[in-house]
Amino acid sequence: MTTTTEPVKKKNFLVRFFNIDTSGSKGGSEKLPLWRQLVIQLLCLIIVVEVMFPIMYIITLSFSSKENRPSTLEIFPKEISLVAYKQVLTRPTANPITFLELLRNSGLLSIAVGAISLLIAVTAAYAFSRFKFKLRQVLMIMVFIPLLMPAVGLSTPLFLLMNSFQVKTCASGATVLLPFTSCIPGEAAKLMFNLRDSLLGVGIAMISTALPFAVWNLKGYLDTIPKELEEAAAIDGADPNQVFFKIVIPLALPQMAVTFFLGFIGYWQEFVLPWLFLTNPKDYTLAMTLYNMTGQYASSIPWNRFAAMAIIVATPVAIMYILLQKQIVSGLTAGGVKG
Amino acid sequence: MATLSVPMKKKTNVRRAFLPYLYLLPAFIVLGVITFYPLVYQVIISFTDFQTKDLLLGLNSPKLNHIGIKNYIDIITGGLPVQNFDFFRVLTYNLWWAITNVMVHVPAGVLIAVLLNVKGIWFKRVYRAIYVLPVVIPPIVVGTVWRNIFDEQYGAMNQALTWISSLFGGIDPIKIRWLFEYKPPIPWLLPNGPLPLAYYAMMIANFWLGWPFMTLVATGALQSIPKELYEAASIDGASRSYQFWNVTVPLIKPAMIPAAIYGFTMSFNLFNFVYFMTGGGPARSTEILVTFAYDLVRNLRLYGAAGAFAVIIFFVVLVIFLITNRITRATESYAES
Repeated sequence: MTTTTEPVKKKNFLVRFFNIDTSGSKGGSEKLPLWRQLVIQLLCLIIVVEVMFPIMYIITLSFSSKENRPSTLEIFPKEISLVAYKQVLTRPTANPITFLELLRNSGLLSIAVGAISLLIAVTAAYAFSRFKFKLRQVLMIMVFIPLLMPAVGLSTPLFLLMNSFQVKTCASGATVLLPFTSCIPGEAAKLMFNLRDSLLGVGIAMISTALPFAVWNLKGYLDTIPKELEEAAAIDGADPNQVFFKIVIPLALPQMAVTFFLGFIGYWQEFVLPWLFLTNPKDYTLAMTLYNMTGQYASSIPWNRFAAMAIIVATPVAIMYILLQKQIVSGLTAGGVKG
Repeated sequence: MATLSVPMKKKTNVRRAFLPYLYLLPAFIVLGVITFYPLVYQVIISFTDFQTKDLLLGLNSPKLNHIGIKNYIDIITGGLPVQNFDFFRVLTYNLWWAITNVMVHVPAGVLIAVLLNVKGIWFKRVYRAIYVLPVVIPPIVVGTVWRNIFDEQYGAMNQALTWISSLFGGIDPIKIRWLFEYKPPIPWLLPNGPLPLAYYAMMIANFWLGWPFMTLVATGALQSIPKELYEAASIDGASRSYQFWNVTVPLIKPAMIPAAIYGFTMSFNLFNFVYFMTGGGPARSTEILVTFAYDLVRNLRLYGAAGAFAVIIFFVVLVIFLITNRITRATESYAES
């Protein structure tokens, strides 16, 4: 909990990482001997091979038009065929769901969870960051406790609780909402809607861990914003609400966006809860489909299609990471508790 | 003015006292319903034999038995109706898995960062751009791709080994059962929990995933070391390895220890990667605590036992957090002094 000041300290890591200082080669007095250079280049190339091996392998596989599994190793594409991508985009698996529906489910889930948890979190984060009040420590620890719980830890009670919200049509024609109303005991009833078996239920369950993360993350950011502006506004007669909406929110907006995207990267890969909750293939997400395309039960899925899917799932996350690298590294090392 | 400001101050003081709670209200209402209530519910069900038949009525089910701490005892003594389960073996394996990962990732990450930090090497930027790639790929994708690479019949790893052996005159294709061979290749290692071949396969895959992050952190730390220190050291006649151990290592330690701790907690709870790569197999030998907890609720549907297991995991993670937090604090004061 003491690590909240870390972001300031580490912020310039990646700035430096990309504005590499090349002064050594230009103005330095000592020059790297050629043999040393060559040895280092060789080592670097070996590492490049190590890094690129799985990436090139999966890219080659995805551009292959062969449906059968590879019998020899190919890590450079011999052909650029988009057959696998086309197949994935029309119908990824045997399940009756199109790629667009998968994309919609994953996108909707990650955007909604990220946005809603952020909106609810921002006022709480502000209170923790700026106000001094009696229960501050206690309440902060209460928000921190769910963060200690690994994502799997809360899945059981969430599953059971979501499962108890059901809409049923009784034989008598009445519609009831469990657990608040129920049919006459013994009467036949048809299940119309189960909150647990819906994207809505998964979304609500995901917010239960997304919200503490957002509060904690935003609080860390708000701590780094200097207080002088707020104090100046308060002296000019602005009340705390005005300070919050007119000064703090605009200042925190870029950092709220970062929290949103950080969350998005995680929720895009969310697998634990959807895989536990959802049974209807129409509700499946991209991560669930990727899981379905591999392993011993997926022998009918050609590997080129799996490879194309893997690349499609990875791309949005990779792009976001590259755009947000600086914030991610500082954020991760600062709040590195969540597993 | 002075007479006016006194009552106003009082009024704002009262408002001030309530305002923080008002700001906290929305978040705490939501947290109360979907986070704190489930946490409490979890503890309650951990003392019951909640099963599939009780799903509809929940805790009101007349068939539901309150069985005290039986779930906890069953977990600790391996009395759960689950094959190949031994709590302490899984815990040992889990700790071993996290520690060995960090022990490999941190030194490799630092060494590669040092290598890239040498003055005037060519293509520095290109290398750095390539080396960051594993960090940006989602672990679920990494897990599935490496699962395919280690496939016994068609996997790239066996094909690559076959190709290498053919260079030395080997003819037979190599078919190693990476993910399904149960017999531990090094039996004396970790006697409490034999490490199957799948463990080494996962170490290889997670190595690919893990060191670039450490390189990222180490590079930042390296570049904040003043060059004068090295100059002074070399004037004093210190050898390069002496400089590495006595200048570089102590100065990047404050950055590397939090990174190592982060890596440890991440590896300890690395659900997605483990679940996507081996699913805990073969015979639960690569199962970590979180994947086993998930199996309890998702496949075995022993909700009571799953609740108890999650409570135990919570305390394990809490202990780890308290220890690591101590270490971080100690190193922070070290860095400041």
